Amino acid sequence: MSAAAPLLSARGVSKHYGVHTGCEDVSLDIWPGEVVGIVGESGSGKTTLLNCLSTRLVPTSGEIEYQRRDGQSVNLFRLTEGERRLLARTEWGVVHQNPHQGLRMNVSAGANVAERLMAVGMRHYGRLREEAGHWMGRVELDAGRMDESPETFSGGMLQRLQIARNLAIGPRLLFMDEPTGGLDVSVQARLLDLLRTLVQDLGVAALLVTHDLGVARLLAQRLVVMKDGRVIESGLTDQVLDDPQQPYTQLLVASVLPV
Amino acid sequence: MKPVESVGAAARPAGMSDTAVTGTPHLMEGYNFAYLDEQTKRMVRRSILKAVAIPGHQVPFGSREMPLAYGWGTGGIQVTASILGPDDVLKVIDQGADDTTNAVSIRRLFERTAGVATTDHTEDATIIQTRHRVPEKPLRERQILVYQVPIPEPLRFVEPRELETRRLHALNEYDLMHLKLYEDIAKHGHIATTYDYPVLVHGRYLMSPSPIPKFDNPKMHRNPALQLFGAGREKRIYAVPPYTEVRSLDFEDHPFEIQHWEQQCEICGSGESFLDEVILDDHGRRMFVCSDTDYCRTRRDTAAAGQAAASPRRAAPEEA
Repeated sequence: MSAAAPLLSARGVSKHYGVHTGCEDVSLDIWPGEVVGIVGESGSGKTTLLNCLSTRLVPTSGEIEYQRRDGQSVNLFRLTEGERRLLARTEWGVVHQNPHQGLRMNVSAGANVAERLMAVGMRHYGRLREEAGHWMGRVELDAGRMDESPETFSGGMLQRLQIARNLAIGPRLLFMDEPTGGLDVSVQARLLDLLRTLVQDLGVAALLVTHDLGVARLLAQRLVVMKDGRVIESGLTDQVLDDPQQPYTQLLVASVLPV
Repeated sequence: MKPVESVGAAARPAGMSDTAVTGTPHLMEGYNFAYLDEQTKRMVRRSILKAVAIPGHQVPFGSREMPLAYGWGTGGIQVTASILGPDDVLKVIDQGADDTTNAVSIRRLFERTAGVATTDHTEDATIIQTRHRVPEKPLRERQILVYQVPIPEPLRFVEPRELETRRLHALNEYDLMHLKLYEDIAKHGHIATTYDYPVLVHGRYLMSPSPIPKFDNPKMHRNPALQLFGAGREKRIYAVPPYTEVRSLDFEDHPFEIQHWEQQCEICGSGESFLDEVILDDHGRRMFVCSDTDYCRTRRDTAAAGQAAASPRRAAPEEA
């Protein structure tokens, strides 16, 4: 896929919850293969924006264009619900902060990966197992535990299982909401390392929401800073973090505790 | 009867069998024909027509209070009552048997309120109401099979939210059902679902065949008879019109299979019917017999007649 056009292009996206503002007039491009980070303090509208872009929330106003695998450009909210869901399950992945939201805890680990493949029409049990084993291996999970319940997995393992499940269909765009939140630092570091390798190897684009500037620096090539629902600064990650222009971004960068 | 299917008028044979009741022997006073009032029957028939038009799709209907508890066939009775005409011949089976409590009470209800003829013989019946079995003898055109359904939603145990299951039906997203079959194989090495085995009707709607054994699933496929399903508590009616494709879900490398027995029926010697295991005493003695009593009796009678005519030795049971 040539990078002549952005994969996803949002223009003037706003989401209001009654009188409250989720996000306001956000415009944003994600290009094929790049990782865009959204940072900002809690309540700044990061997750609302991510949910709007991944069509899990309907924005109050604004347009979102998406370049499909077949090269056709579609306006996400002019598609029917069925077409939107088809697009989401064939081209996207969503990694939640809480793996319980992104996994089915009452079926086996292997079934969690296989489900995404069955959703795109794979109906061969042997091949489903093979694929599930392969992707569990890619995220450094023991494929021998494929038939075990995710209830027996640790937090870090659950997060990796969630990533495996999302990668199985060969997505073009990953939405990640605080993928390392709630994990201890050594587990975080390994997960970040893994994510970085996978994103690079597979050339998948990603939108990463995080409040952790360290995570953003490690994974994202471009950074968007949000405050009170608006984008206040954006640019290359190193640029934004090393030479923040806005007072709020300066505060954010200065607030990171040195180790 | 007329608005739905003009079944039955010609079908009643002259000399009916042992249990047949002919004419209007002792109709109960003060009840409308076939218990339900005409307005209700019209409403139910409208739902049936819609169900026939969209094979496998669950159509809501205004289920009425019936003179027996939910779970005893209130849905099936309302469907039967709505399509029953005075010339119909009714057969009612429960787990394949004509003589169990549920079957006897439902048959008696319609004998008393509609005065219709009843029969045990599958081939003589124009309407067969059933709980949990499809008769072994092949059905023909102009027969109607009415199933009693406890839980019409095949996705209910994988997705408890009604709003969501309706959405999944609307968008034709049925991979959740395959997820259940996947788990079956992962846990048991084979698809362990043995009854209420989910089917895809006419290549579109996922449907619960009601708790019939999966042994009966292939009989639903391209069946010449009309198949109607009534769920009283859940207030849903759905249908499989004659000659409609009914495919049981499976995996390419784990194809759908029906149950097989090493035993044969100890009464009629059949190796092709669905067998019940009957415990005989406290010492573990047991026997296997056909679950379909009419099928079993017909085979036994035919064999007895053949024996009487030919040799005194019992015919060797056929190979399983």
